[in-house]
Amino acid sequence: MSEEEKFDAIIIGAGPAGAACAYVLAKEGKNVILIERGATAGEKNVTGGRLYTYAMELVEPGLYKQAPMQRKVVREQIMMMSANSAITIDYGNYDFGTEIPQSFNVLRAPFDEWFAAQAEEQGAMLACGILVEDLIERDGKIIGVRAGDDEIYANVVIAADGVNSLIAQKAGLRDDISVHAVAVGAKEIIELPRNVIEDRFNLTGDEGAARMLVGGTDGVLGGGFMYTNSNSISLGVVLSPEDLARQGKKIHDILQDLKMHPAIYSLIKDGTTVEYGAHLVPEIGFSGIPKKLYRDGLVVVGDAAGMCMNTGTILRGIDLAIVSGVAAARAIIANEGASDVGAAYMQQLEQLQLLPTMRLYGKYHELLGNARMISTYPNMANEIMKMMFSVDGTLPKRIDKAMLGIVKKHVTFGQIVADGWKGFKATT
Amino acid sequence: MTIKKLTPEELLGLDKFVVDEEEPHILLDKTICAKCMDKPCLVVCPAVLYTVKDGEMNFDYAGCLECGTCRVICKDKGIVRWTYPRGTFGVAFRNG
Repeated sequence: MSEEEKFDAIIIGAGPAGAACAYVLAKEGKNVILIERGATAGEKNVTGGRLYTYAMELVEPGLYKQAPMQRKVVREQIMMMSANSAITIDYGNYDFGTEIPQSFNVLRAPFDEWFAAQAEEQGAMLACGILVEDLIERDGKIIGVRAGDDEIYANVVIAADGVNSLIAQKAGLRDDISVHAVAVGAKEIIELPRNVIEDRFNLTGDEGAARMLVGGTDGVLGGGFMYTNSNSISLGVVLSPEDLARQGKKIHDILQDLKMHPAIYSLIKDGTTVEYGAHLVPEIGFSGIPKKLYRDGLVVVGDAAGMCMNTGTILRGIDLAIVSGVAAARAIIANEGASDVGAAYMQQLEQLQLLPTMRLYGKYHELLGNARMISTYPNMANEIMKMMFSVDGTLPKRIDKAMLGIVKKHVTFGQIVADGWKGFKATT
Repeated sequence: MTIKKLTPEELLGLDKFVVDEEEPHILLDKTICAKCMDKPCLVVCPAVLYTVKDGEMNFDYAGCLECGTCRVICKDKGIVRWTYPRGTFGVAFRNG
C-alpha cells in the first residue's frame, strides 16, 4: 500500500477496546482497518469474566442486547476461604439486569468475534490472522504499521494490543512491564448442564452469579473467581507472579487444589473441564497506566494502557477497554484528519470518567497486596465462625473472650491498626 | 465426567493449538538460564512449559498460552526473544 491511500485509522488488536474504537469510527464514515493476529477475533483473549453494559451503551445504545452474553449477574458473592471451610456473602439484587443491565458473564472468544463483526458491519475492514510486527515512524511521527512485507499507513494508529503491548513499548511509551505491575490469571472452563448451574447458584433462567474468592490460594498473593456462564463455570485464580516465584509455588497446582476445596468442589462436581486459559492482568490500577498514552500518530487503549482495576469486591477491565476505545474514536472524529489526537483522547478519558474512577481506586492495590488480606483475615473470620457455630457439650468460653483470643492468635493489635489505617487511607 | 486434579499436559490437551513448526516465538539463551539461580519461570508459567532436564533449561513453545508471564519474571534475560506467534499460529481459545 502506498502512503497516498492511507486509512483514517489503523487499530491493532480486535479485542473490546479495538472493536469499540473501530465501530464508532466506522459508523462515523471513517476509513478504518482493524488488525487481529488471531485467525478470528477473540481466539487469543481470556477474561474472568464479566462485562458492564454501560460501556456498550457508549458504543451504541441497545447493541448489547444482541451480544452473545452468558448470564446477567444478579448475585454478587464474596467467599472467604480457609483450608477446609468458607464464609460466603451472597448479595442478590433482582433489579440488576432489568432496567439498566449492570453486567453479564461473558466468554471472550464468542463475544469478541461478535463485537468485531459488528464493527465490520459498520464498514470497518477486519483483517484477521495478521501480526503487526512494527510501527512505521517518520520525523518523530507514527505513520503506519508493518506486518510481514506489508506496510499500511494511517493518520492515527491505535494500539489495542493487550496487556503485553509490544506496540506501546516499540513506540517508547512503555518500559518492560515491571513484575509487580501484573498478575497472572489461570482458569478452567467447566461444563455443566444449565439447570445444574441454576440449582447450585440459586439462579433462575438466564440469571448469573459472580463470585470473588478470598483465600484459597495457598497463601500466595492474589485471589480467585467463579463466574457462571450459560452452560459452564469459569473458575480461576489471579496471582502475583513475584509471590509465586518467592514461595516456589506453581499457579497450576494452586488452581488444581482450589478445585478440590470442598466448598468449591460441590459447585463444580460432575462437570467437565473443556478449556484451560491463562492471561496477564494489569494489577496496580492507576499507577500502572503509562505516564504518556500517546504521541503524534499513536494512542494506546485498553489493557495496553494498563486500564484495569480491582476494587476488592469487583474486577473491571473489559468495560474500561471499551470506554477507552470510544474515547480514542471520539478524539479522532473531533480532529478531522489530524494525527496528533492525544490531548483530545486524554480529555475524553476524563470526561467519560475513566481516569477519575481509576484515580479514586488508585491505592487499592496496596491494600489488596497485603498477605494478611488473603490469608490471615480469611482464616481468622473462618475460625470465629467455627467458634460461634460449634457445640460440643463443654462449657463455651464467653463470646467476647473467645473472639479476642482468636483475633490475638492471628494478628497483633498493631497490625490491625496499621491495616485499618491503610484501608482508611486507600478509600478516602 | 468427574472433577479431579488435572496435569498441565491434560489441561493443554483440551486446548486448540496451531503450532508454527518453522518459527518458535520464544527463544532462550540456555547459557544465561544455566547461570540463573532462581529460575522463576519454572513455577510461574501456567502451562508449566519450562522444565530443567539434566541441568539444562527446556522450553516447549508448542503449548504456550501466550500470557507473557515468563517474559515479565525473567530477570537475567535468558529469554532473548519473546514475541507473539505469527498470525493465525499459536493457541486458539474457543471460550476464552
